Amino acid sequence: MGETVPETGEFLEVSIWRQQNGDGHFESFQVPRRDNQTILDVVAWVQQQADPTLSYRFACRVGMCGSCAMMVNGAPRWTCRTHVQKVAEDNRLEIAPLRNLPVIKDLAVDMDPFFDKWVAAEAVFEPSQTRDDPMAPITPEDPMRIAASDAIECINCAVCYAACDVVAANPDYLGPAALNRAWSLVNDSRDDGQDARLKAVSAEGGCHNCHAQQGCARYCPNELNPTVSISGLKRVTAKSLLGWGR
Amino acid sequence: MLNLHLYMAQRLTALIMVPLTIGHLAVMIYAVQDGLSVAEILARTQGSLAWFLFYGSFVVAVSIHAAIGMRVILFEWLGIKGAVLSAISWGLCLLLLGLGARAVWAVTFAGAGI
Amino acid sequence: MIRPHRSHALWYAFILHRVAGIALALFLPVHFYMLALALTDPAQLDGFLAFTDLFIVKCAEFGLVFLLAVHMFGGLRLMALEFLPWSPRQKTFAASAVALAFFISTSFFLQAM
Repeated sequence: MGETVPETGEFLEVSIWRQQNGDGHFESFQVPRRDNQTILDVVAWVQQQADPTLSYRFACRVGMCGSCAMMVNGAPRWTCRTHVQKVAEDNRLEIAPLRNLPVIKDLAVDMDPFFDKWVAAEAVFEPSQTRDDPMAPITPEDPMRIAASDAIECINCAVCYAACDVVAANPDYLGPAALNRAWSLVNDSRDDGQDARLKAVSAEGGCHNCHAQQGCARYCPNELNPTVSISGLKRVTAKSLLGWGR
Repeated sequence: MLNLHLYMAQRLTALIMVPLTIGHLAVMIYAVQDGLSVAEILARTQGSLAWFLFYGSFVVAVSIHAAIGMRVILFEWLGIKGAVLSAISWGLCLLLLGLGARAVWAVTFAGAGI
Repeated sequence: MIRPHRSHALWYAFILHRVAGIALALFLPVHFYMLALALTDPAQLDGFLAFTDLFIVKCAEFGLVFLLAVHMFGGLRLMALEFLPWSPRQKTFAASAVALAFFISTSFFLQAM
């Protein structure tokens, strides 16, 4: 099979995290460098040409699904959307599984804790009406709808969760993605679960642990800012404590 | 591991301390001219209800604020939790309250031995 | 030493705020104890105050005033972020907080010299 993207003749020194049942370590591979090469291309090359036992995740490979998220040179990124020439200094790369999540094998992490926290934050829509009721009239200019829309494009890739130092330091912290979704539902006027939601995000692992470092915003591939959403939750919960608002 | 109540106490004491801190910084910049001495300090503060209230409320607010702040740091960076964490946090709060109240009293209504 | 995912302005703002808070929390008991000497041992306090005339102590005081001011302005930035409508100029505020704190502590230092 012919090569569509020519090799440059240079080689990348790639350190990839290997782990199975217990402690892991970095393993080194020499990968031919190409123009227009992504980190996902590098990982795929290693698995296909060098070591078939390497485990990793991907799906769409075009920056839509978020499955390929990994730590690249210490920063959480979508590997299919990270070009080698943007991140490789001296032809060196370090690829590791997403931070703050348990490792299943090599570069694949267990996403269960991430989704468990999603549910724990009550970031789940609770309907207030049935299919027999008329549709809820919500205009796009409604400020609450705008706030919800600003937060709604999250595809649960866990990059923000990996970037967050509070998640790393506090195992109970619900995390930027779950709280961001909770905020989008707080602004959904069709939703009926606000009391339970506000209680969930004010608990010990709730929104008040956020220190506004905004690592989440820095790395979100969809350019969301969970810190904005979390600040919104702080305002709403403070108001409800002081008896103003809902 | 802040919950809503600890968070609000932290933010409210912070707000209370904004004017107190600005006042304290201004006082310090003024008072530090030409050196400091006990006599100079006491001449201004002794018998003064205003200074007593000013620094008294500062001490109360900072004891709460610092204790909650350290609580978060002890948890996040040293992994201390549960009853031990609460004990240390309360301990710090009471230490600052005790020493601070003593200091405020010493320079206002105690009648120093000068 | 600083991990790659932390090398941005708002993380530095956070760490400066936190370190300043720790330093102040450690300083305060000592500060309170020294002041209470006005009651129990004024002569010792006077001796200590004379000691603070040393240049190196003045520099340390400059540092403390800086940390107090930067902690306060950083805290105000944080509370503005949380309770006021969001502004995209977060980094500017963070930088302004540091600048203001530096200005105040320098004023103190000049007066103290």
